[in-house]
Amino acid sequence: MKDIITLAIESSCDETCAAILKNGREILSNVVSTQIDLHKKFGGVVPEVASRKHIENIELVIQSALDEAKLSFKDIDVIGVTYGPGLVGALLVGLSSAKALSFALDIPLVGVNHIEGHIAANFIEHKDLEPPFVCLIVSGGHTHLVEVKGYGEYEILGKTRDDAAGEAFDKIARALNLGYPGGPKIDKLSKIGNKKAIDFPRIYLEEDSFDFSFSGLKSAVLNYLNSKKMKNEEIVVEDVAASFQEAVLDVLVDKSIKAARVKGYDKVVLAGGVAANSGLREKLSEKGKEYNIDIKYPPLSLCTDNAAMIGCAAYYDYLNGKVSDLYLNAVPNLKLGQK
Amino acid sequence: MKILGIDTSSQVATVAIMDEDKLIAEYTINYKKNHSENLMPMISEIFRSCDMKVDDIDLIGVCIGPGSFTGLRIGVATAKAIAHVRNIPIAPVNSLEALAFNMNFSKGIICPIIDAQRSDVYTSKYTWESNTLVSIEEMSVKNIDDLIDELNDRYDEIVLLGEGVDIHREKLNKLGNIYIAPNSHKLSKASSVCQIALQKYESGDTLDYKKVEPLYIRKSQAEVQYEEKLKRMNNNE
Ligand SMILES: [Zn+2]
Repeated sequence: MKDIITLAIESSCDETCAAILKNGREILSNVVSTQIDLHKKFGGVVPEVASRKHIENIELVIQSALDEAKLSFKDIDVIGVTYGPGLVGALLVGLSSAKALSFALDIPLVGVNHIEGHIAANFIEHKDLEPPFVCLIVSGGHTHLVEVKGYGEYEILGKTRDDAAGEAFDKIARALNLGYPGGPKIDKLSKIGNKKAIDFPRIYLEEDSFDFSFSGLKSAVLNYLNSKKMKNEEIVVEDVAASFQEAVLDVLVDKSIKAARVKGYDKVVLAGGVAANSGLREKLSEKGKEYNIDIKYPPLSLCTDNAAMIGCAAYYDYLNGKVSDLYLNAVPNLKLGQK
Repeated sequence: MKILGIDTSSQVATVAIMDEDKLIAEYTINYKKNHSENLMPMISEIFRSCDMKVDDIDLIGVCIGPGSFTGLRIGVATAKAIAHVRNIPIAPVNSLEALAFNMNFSKGIICPIIDAQRSDVYTSKYTWESNTLVSIEEMSVKNIDDLIDELNDRYDEIVLLGEGVDIHREKLNKLGNIYIAPNSHKLSKASSVCQIALQKYESGDTLDYKKVEPLYIRKSQAEVQYEEKLKRMNNNE
């Protein structure tokens, strides 16, 4: 069978990305142009600023992806692009470009759900990984526990009822004056802090629920910091970071393992930006061993937003005949499993 | 020499194909701003209906602004990607100039206005001098009331056009010295964009796809607020 070459574009938040994949799982190039420094002074991603940077960079990033793969447009068979969820203005830059490329090259266009892309990152890293399995997707925007029944076939077991896990990390990092983005900083401090120093609440919700809630924990940490300040007592930043992180991880890990056991799977796969958290990787791996559950996660470069993961998801959608037309629009609050 | 013209800087989405001798096709939609959904199917349809392929195009003219930020980016991203694949130049066209061009050889002053939200408009002034369109005022963002006061003080005949005319028609009707362009000429036409693009091509005024960017005029709200904050902090020091 002829190789299928996918060119994928991702611009849902603050990274302009393009990647080229061979047969969905082999990366020929994976270019990420990050805007983190641009947004630092605002303390978070500013949608209009992100969109402006995307349009400046998009074709340069696509050209770099072609150059690195030593290919030209005529070698491309399929265009994959993120059409949601994400910032609408940012999504529209990548989407407009992808639609124009698909038209000008006369090749199929596949609109990809960004969250599905995160799951697919694991297929690139683990060549023998096949569905079904349970996947925990944690990032600045999402916290989902998903049953992956097949390629492009999902059932959501649970999701956050308030803040996403990554969002909670960012908010607590801000309260601790650690700057943006906060997740990696908390993870780093947690390694030196005492995770048992402060007993923050673990919110498990109803007995059989796989949903998450982090707003109560967030308030508990903020209250703790306030009361310390009121009493003029010293705040041990690394202990707060470690205790907060431990409270988040306990819930994430317990629910993921429980989901695998209830559904009868021997695999739990981690995905999303927070999958880069070393504490989460360790804790989940340990607990997995205890129950004979295989734990898989992508390398750091595929945890954060990238286009390779979008290309992988697009490849399987293409094989399954799920192609888009030129009317495809951005869907900022696109749900998982929704087409 | 075939030119593809695109404008999505206002509520209007318009595309056209033209060569040196004639307009070949033009497709304009002025109905709800849904450029993301409409633009590519419009471009696809216009090629199909005149039996042309993207490979036949030698130049792309695109309105880079001023106008709706998101609208501009949809048009510019589309133009850049097609130019990238075809490896052809882009002629960046000012959307106010493209509007003024609709009123070929008019007497008096042509004043295009494009909505800039919060009762502001993007505007500029043009005249026709010996068969050439000349900009006689730097484009800017103005409050509509300030613009009306300014127009009221002038004795020239003034032609107004652009989507801003419809948005602010009630206020504009009070002016005695203005003439509002007819519906056939009031809004953006990609044929005007193509014609300006051709002129730019002939004078060597085109850009590589990598260098084309929207012309926002305005900073983003977050940047404005950030600069104000810095100013306050400096004053408090
Ligand atoms: Zn993401």
